[in-house]
Amino acid sequence: MLIVLLALFVVALIAPLIFHKTGRSGFLILAAIPAAGFIWLTAQLPNVLAAEELLASGAAADHQDTSLVQTWQWIPQLGIELSFRLDTLSAFLGLIVLGVGAAVLVYCARYFKADEPRLGSFGAQFLAFAGAMFGLVTTDDLMVLYVFWEVTSILSFLMIGYQAHRIFARRSAMTALMITTLGGLGMLIGLVMFGHAAGTFRISEIVAQGAELLAGDFAGTYMTWAIGLVLLGAITKSAQVPFHFWLPAAMAAPTPVSAYLHAAAMVKAGIYLVARFAPAFSSENIWQIMVLGVGMWTMLVGGWRALRQTDIKLILAYGTVSQLGFLMIANGLGTAAGAQAGLVMLLAHSLFKAPLFMVVGAIDKITGTRDLTKLSGLRKSHPGLFWTATIASLSMAGVPPLFGFIGKETVMQAAMDWGLWRTDAFLLGQPNFWGAVWSWAPLVIVVLGSILTAAYTARFLWAAFATKKVRAGGQLQELPQTPALRGFGRLGLIPAALLSAAGVVAALVPSWVGALPYGFSQTFEHIEGEHVEPIALWHGFNLVLGLSVLIILAGVGLFVIRGHVSRAQDAVPTWIDMSRVYRNGLARLDDLAIWITGRTQRGDLSVYLYIILAVTVLAPLAVLLFPTNTDETTISLPNAAFAGDWILTGHPVYFVVAAVMILAAISAIRAKRRFWAVLLVSTTGYALAAVFAFQGSPDLALTQVLVESVLTVAMVLGLRVLPPEIPKVQEEHDKQWARALLAIAFGFVMIWIAATVMASRIADPISLAMPELSYYEGGGTNIVNVTLVDMRAWDTFGEITVLAAAATGVASLVFIAEREKRRKSLSEITAGTVGAYRVEELPMNETEVKSFRSFFNVQREPWIVAGSTMAPERRSIIFEVITRLIFHAIILVSLYLLISGHNLPGGGFAGGLLAGIAFAIRYVAGGRFELEQSIKVPAGIILGSGLAIAAVAGVIPLFFGGQVFQAYDVEVVLPLFGHVHFASAMVFDIGVYLVVIGLVIDVLRSLGSEVDRRYEIEIRDRTEAEQRMTAARVSAQSSGGRRDH
Amino acid sequence: MTIDAILLIMMGVMFAAAIYLLLDRTLTRIMFGLMMFTNAANLLIIIMAGPAGLPPIFRDDIAADEYLDPLPQALTLTSIVISFAVTAFILALIYRSWVLARRDEVQVDIEDIQVAEQPTYDAEDDALIADEASEFLEDHEDPNIYYEYTTETNPNVDSAEPKEGDRW
Repeated sequence: MLIVLLALFVVALIAPLIFHKTGRSGFLILAAIPAAGFIWLTAQLPNVLAAEELLASGAAADHQDTSLVQTWQWIPQLGIELSFRLDTLSAFLGLIVLGVGAAVLVYCARYFKADEPRLGSFGAQFLAFAGAMFGLVTTDDLMVLYVFWEVTSILSFLMIGYQAHRIFARRSAMTALMITTLGGLGMLIGLVMFGHAAGTFRISEIVAQGAELLAGDFAGTYMTWAIGLVLLGAITKSAQVPFHFWLPAAMAAPTPVSAYLHAAAMVKAGIYLVARFAPAFSSENIWQIMVLGVGMWTMLVGGWRALRQTDIKLILAYGTVSQLGFLMIANGLGTAAGAQAGLVMLLAHSLFKAPLFMVVGAIDKITGTRDLTKLSGLRKSHPGLFWTATIASLSMAGVPPLFGFIGKETVMQAAMDWGLWRTDAFLLGQPNFWGAVWSWAPLVIVVLGSILTAAYTARFLWAAFATKKVRAGGQLQELPQTPALRGFGRLGLIPAALLSAAGVVAALVPSWVGALPYGFSQTFEHIEGEHVEPIALWHGFNLVLGLSVLIILAGVGLFVIRGHVSRAQDAVPTWIDMSRVYRNGLARLDDLAIWITGRTQRGDLSVYLYIILAVTVLAPLAVLLFPTNTDETTISLPNAAFAGDWILTGHPVYFVVAAVMILAAISAIRAKRRFWAVLLVSTTGYALAAVFAFQGSPDLALTQVLVESVLTVAMVLGLRVLPPEIPKVQEEHDKQWARALLAIAFGFVMIWIAATVMASRIADPISLAMPELSYYEGGGTNIVNVTLVDMRAWDTFGEITVLAAAATGVASLVFIAEREKRRKSLSEITAGTVGAYRVEELPMNETEVKSFRSFFNVQREPWIVAGSTMAPERRSIIFEVITRLIFHAIILVSLYLLISGHNLPGGGFAGGLLAGIAFAIRYVAGGRFELEQSIKVPAGIILGSGLAIAAVAGVIPLFFGGQVFQAYDVEVVLPLFGHVHFASAMVFDIGVYLVVIGLVIDVLRSLGSEVDRRYEIEIRDRTEAEQRMTAARVSAQSSGGRRDH
Repeated sequence: MTIDAILLIMMGVMFAAAIYLLLDRTLTRIMFGLMMFTNAANLLIIIMAGPAGLPPIFRDDIAADEYLDPLPQALTLTSIVISFAVTAFILALIYRSWVLARRDEVQVDIEDIQVAEQPTYDAEDDALIADEASEFLEDHEDPNIYYEYTTETNPNVDSAEPKEGDRW
């Protein structure tokens, strides 16, 4: 089985290569695969039948021939297996799938024009479809079945959309996909429900325990939904009302696709599913409604609609819809007779519908049309096509002695038995009108549907082949013979003729052909008094034979009065058209989507923020006010905060800190000038540092102070290009109140949450183990630092990655094009040019400037390297001296913080920030060239090497059999320091240190140096422009004056 | 655990001020709001560490619960540095927005408004197209060739009016 399946898929993969070599004849090579599979499967039949008999005689499933059951593990955690099982039902469908597949592939070789460009992908899809379909009917696992099911939907979508550049094909493909996947998704839910209820995804086991499921824990609503959802998949796939409209639309596909997917194979998947689960679930009401009810309705609707089509392919398409309804009825009865009849009819349908489609495709290719008002006289010009079509058509209409006749008779017999059985079982005790109607409805509908079938069969033959007469100028005239535009290779018609002939042959050897359906029927529980006879051509003169005669006569009669029929058709209001309902539904869905998008996606940040923050306030508030814990033993939530152990404050200094912080925070809201606001926000940060210090966290206090300092510098640099006043944005008064209310509510809720959490805390913190861990395992006494670089190193590594990303983001937002230009050496820069004031902005007069200049006019820079590049009026001698004195000291302290951080407050973060401050001081004192000179490595390299060191520190333990970020303790003797206790985690901290330095440098370089440079260019350009303007004005005045004289 | 009223009030006021600034239209104020929000959140975390304790520098003779809880401290430390990086990024954004548009405001996204106001008619989905009567039509025989010219008021492909020059 698996070999057949694999061969189909593998050859599908290489199909484009084959077509590249062979052109359209490649289809013949492709056809060999399903043909070989067909032969293999035929050889297995004795085994299959024997196994079924064994099973029927009560042997356990395990004892079956192993070649018929193959299982591989797939997802053992979910109990999903790649299991395949060949029984009578799957073998029967497998034969149809492979046989018709091979036939249609041969047909393809002549259907397509020789220069058709997309044959490679089409052939691949076609063969893959055969594989998916074969997998679908042979798998014994619900989830694998679902996978194959959806694969067929997708391949059907692709093949319907073969002419993807035409909207007709695209839209038809979309419709088919939407409907079948809608049902498929519903089915998935149903299948999962089955699997959950049964405790297995094995189809054979679920069917075996059907009765238990319907009576067990899951009986009732659960099973009703499960069955209903699975059937939703079946009726969408098999084009049942009200989802039938996708099938006629799918006729946009090339005819081979219509013949195979949309007549013989894919649309039978739903029928297969019904046949598969009929033994287990056919007694349920939901089943009766969704299979029998829907099937009956479909049979009539399809037949009725087929009678009004003018496109001969659409006549067949609606005919298929009708026949699918027919098959649903037969397979859905759930009786042994129904099962046998359903399968026989299914085969008959494939044998007559596939060749009919092939004939239609041939007519289309030859004449260039399928419109019955243009087709005329083909019976005489194409007798081969005519006889092929006629034999298949007669089988479709149920005329003896063809196989379609046998199929129809057995179905009618089964429907009659069902009616009799129901009458006996349910109605004799208490007669009931609707019960009687339901019992006999299948038989009546099958007869009515078959009459319609006979009628549209006649209409099809007439439409395709007759020499038609039209009324022109008051008298009947013969329509001229339709001209042949192209030929159709004889080879391509052989499969059609063979399949038609098979309908004749099969009727002659019913016992062979009926062996599998008979075997399948034996797996059903026989209803009372039922005895299933193997199928036969002749049953003697009985009621069913009479019905057959009636059907044919009435059908022909309907065809004869077709004028009246079409008038009756026109009287049906147009809104009863599911495709219209579907398209209107989609349009309303579009409207709804845009409406919702418009309501929710306002494009206004503050709206989103209001919503998010309001939820943030209201959701916790709701929990606090209406707690769900009613347990008396725990503290009730709303009161927890009030019952807590409140103190005014832990440290009197907090009164001062709080006063400063609150004052700064409120002033920051009201501040109108940017730099004033910067200072106020920084003040809150410094106040926070004080809290950290007094609470007992030197590391945090240190880091907070350093960050706040660097940040103040960065903000002053970043905001200096903006106007000093923050612009006033007009805001409605109401909105301001809402804003204030939301803000205050947020603060209040946060206080309440914090108080509640603290008051209701009963467990010990998990960090109690951390001090010992950090000393004895991590080798450091600074618990916070060991936590960062050792215990939670992964976390820290993630964080420094974020830092590097943010630094890169800052640089790219400011530099845009390139981050590092070639560095100039100091000698290239004209002295005194950086940051020169414009003359009118100078705070001093010219004498003062001159004396400044002379003061700085020295050969060698005594204090900082790039001081001479600065404009003299910018320089501050005191600042330069101090910078000189403290820069190296700061760097040393930062290194000390880094190295001692493992044992004392400090660490990579604090050290890096402090080093960053040192560079910031150099920049402020000596301008951007001073910054360039003070650290010659580009910021990107610093960031990168920092990350690299941290990563290497993490990975190295792997080479010593440790884990990522595992730390080791080493005692080393250094010449100057003596015994040094060295923890390997410190290497990681060096990486952190470098990344933080890189971040600060990047900020200084972007928001500082680059903005400076641009500002200078702007000033220079503006000055030059003004000078040119003045010069031009002067020359204009002087020349004008000359003219005056 | 004792609840320190003053610290909680500090945190609440900071959160309130931060939210008020965050809801402003000016980018600079939003940045200030974000910075104060971080400060408030860090304060919250450190309050959760409990009442003041000893600095978490290990000594043998100190019981584990006498230190200020080190875990919130480690979390806060990373948070402080990350918020610095984020603030720097917003600064760069403000700078760019100013250089490009001379504006320091969060703009309303015009695209979003256009999405909300777009018409729902889409020729691909909504045109009333004609059936094809053959699979062997040449491209110029396609009865729906002008479907893109249908409109909401005139969705029928047969009456679609293609522009000159787009006709076959």
